[in-house]
Amino acid sequence: MNIFVCIKQVPDTTEVKINPETGTLIRAGVPSILNPYDHFAVVNALKIKKSNPDAVVNVISMGPPQAKAVIQMALALGCDNGYLLSDAAFAGSDTWATAYALSSAIKKIGKYDIIICGMQAIDGDTAQVGPQIASQLNIPQVTFADNVEIENKKALIKRHIDDGYDTIESPLPVLVTMVMPKDYELPFPSFVNITKALSKPFFTYTADDIMAKKEYLGLKGSPTQVNRIYPPQREVKTTVINTTSVEAVDKIIEILKQENFIK
Amino acid sequence: MGIEVLNNCIGCSKCVGSCPFEAISMSNKKAVIDLTKCTLCGACVQVCPVKAIVISREMVKRDLSAYRDVWVFVEFADDADIKKQGEIKKVSFELLSKGRFLADKLNQKLCAVVLTDKNRDYEKILSEYGADRVYLLENDEYLPYDTDIYSASIMSLINKYKPSIFLFGATYKGRDLAPRMAANLYVGLTADCTDLNINNDGLLVQSRPAFGGNIMADILSPNSRPQMATVRPNVMKIVKVLPKAVEVIKEDIRIDKNIRRVKVVQRHKEEEKGYTKIENADIIVSGGRGLKSKEKFEILNELAKLLNASVGASRAAVDSGFIDKKHQVGQSGTTVRPRLYLAFGISGAVQHLVGMKNSDVIVAINKDPNAMIFSVSKYAIIGDAHDIAKKLIEKIKSAKAVA
Repeated sequence: MNIFVCIKQVPDTTEVKINPETGTLIRAGVPSILNPYDHFAVVNALKIKKSNPDAVVNVISMGPPQAKAVIQMALALGCDNGYLLSDAAFAGSDTWATAYALSSAIKKIGKYDIIICGMQAIDGDTAQVGPQIASQLNIPQVTFADNVEIENKKALIKRHIDDGYDTIESPLPVLVTMVMPKDYELPFPSFVNITKALSKPFFTYTADDIMAKKEYLGLKGSPTQVNRIYPPQREVKTTVINTTSVEAVDKIIEILKQENFIK
Repeated sequence: MGIEVLNNCIGCSKCVGSCPFEAISMSNKKAVIDLTKCTLCGACVQVCPVKAIVISREMVKRDLSAYRDVWVFVEFADDADIKKQGEIKKVSFELLSKGRFLADKLNQKLCAVVLTDKNRDYEKILSEYGADRVYLLENDEYLPYDTDIYSASIMSLINKYKPSIFLFGATYKGRDLAPRMAANLYVGLTADCTDLNINNDGLLVQSRPAFGGNIMADILSPNSRPQMATVRPNVMKIVKVLPKAVEVIKEDIRIDKNIRRVKVVQRHKEEEKGYTKIENADIIVSGGRGLKSKEKFEILNELAKLLNASVGASRAAVDSGFIDKKHQVGQSGTTVRPRLYLAFGISGAVQHLVGMKNSDVIVAINKDPNAMIFSVSKYAIIGDAHDIAKKLIEKIKSAKAVA
């Protein structure tokens, strides 16, 4: 069985700070991490491998050369082969072009029974690349799942819905995007496994290697264009109340009455 | 764009039955596609067992002027019984309200797209939120929701009627369906928008937060149609209009059951526990780490009860274990738009502000006069959050006792 996991290296957005004077992002010193949802996808792929010992887990990422770090991390966690798509032609790709590159690479690398992605990356938050890969490969998709198992050549998936979850059965191949169950603690590899991972198969591919057409990649191949980036606006007129707590409470009651929240 | 049958066609004729437009016939044991009927919806590509049908997606210069009108995908609430359709979701009314604004700016029609087992006078309520036209697709196969069936049906509708803009709620369903179709159609899709407008060139300006809400980006899809976007629930204001005549266009789209590939084996619903969920709450009493402990945080439950409100929380409060994650407001929690948001001891990290700043009235209590939460608040009260909450409860109680 061939499992693919799509991962992304992202800045840790919880560490991103804003320059209060210019309103721009301060990216210096922000650590790069394996996108947590993808991290969970890796964990789930390895769980499938445990109950299907013949399974091979391929981990694939598109990004600059330094994105190799997150692939090494996935290999250290137990994935078998690492693939990095790195080429100037990929730069500026939106979700469509990214999905095109990843699906081209997966087709090129070979057979796939299940493709697992994190639900979204924490820097872009789009949740679009997974379904777009499934669409381009023409395989079924199940999104926002928190567990996947393979039994008798079928995928059993627990998918989130409003107010609950569905148990889904899907034929293979299928693409699944993953959310994390509440309070889930992501595992980190041991030092020994990090060292071992350095000798696992790792390949870097260009656009030509995966036989992707350049006109569908990068800025040129992306149907969406970023027109403008700006700091979040705040345009509220604020009334400051700085009094004793008793007076503050009276003021809140007055506000609640004035705005018709209480009589 | 074009469609082609490759030589490896085995003549199984599965595609013939799958085509909603009867555009495929068999000739010499090969599939032949009538290009005058084909809408490139892709239903046949999905059923072909040998991948012999290929749709090519050349980014040819498309005739964009043929695309008109603003479409909204009408979403229904999931129901415990997967055979019965629930109510229209609030997000659909939010989309129609914003869609009305966009359609007026373009001087085009606002159209609602309804996929249902059976119409239940949906056009009446949709017209109250501004819909000029309803595309009505009725079929038992639309329950339960299936990505492939919905995308094949809606893509054929898109190819036939050519909308300029197509909006979806950024819900589980919308975020599943919209990217599937956008990939297939090779059109631009912007996720999780928090504002939409029309620029001087008549293009849809799609604004969305990125980097955990730390920046905003305006996105355009200048060269493809429809311009597709998912819109975050509880961000757009609902505007009712005077109901007027609404045109209903019934589309009979044939559905091949074989394109349903995934099966819902069982649906598990969580029981409601007697409180309003924060995304639907009128008033939210919310707390942050400034409340110091789980015990002190719990005072908000009492206040919420008195005000008939729901309890929200910042990510810091949830991470500190003060309250369950489903109460979390913000980028990684729920976006809310209550009439009143009362924030106790919330400092106002950007990721929290993104999720609540559209509330009608925000009252924040924090002892730090420089707390970021004050930048979005109508009333900034400097003081001890727990102390003020406690005194507020006493005051409301004594007022009620008198009354």
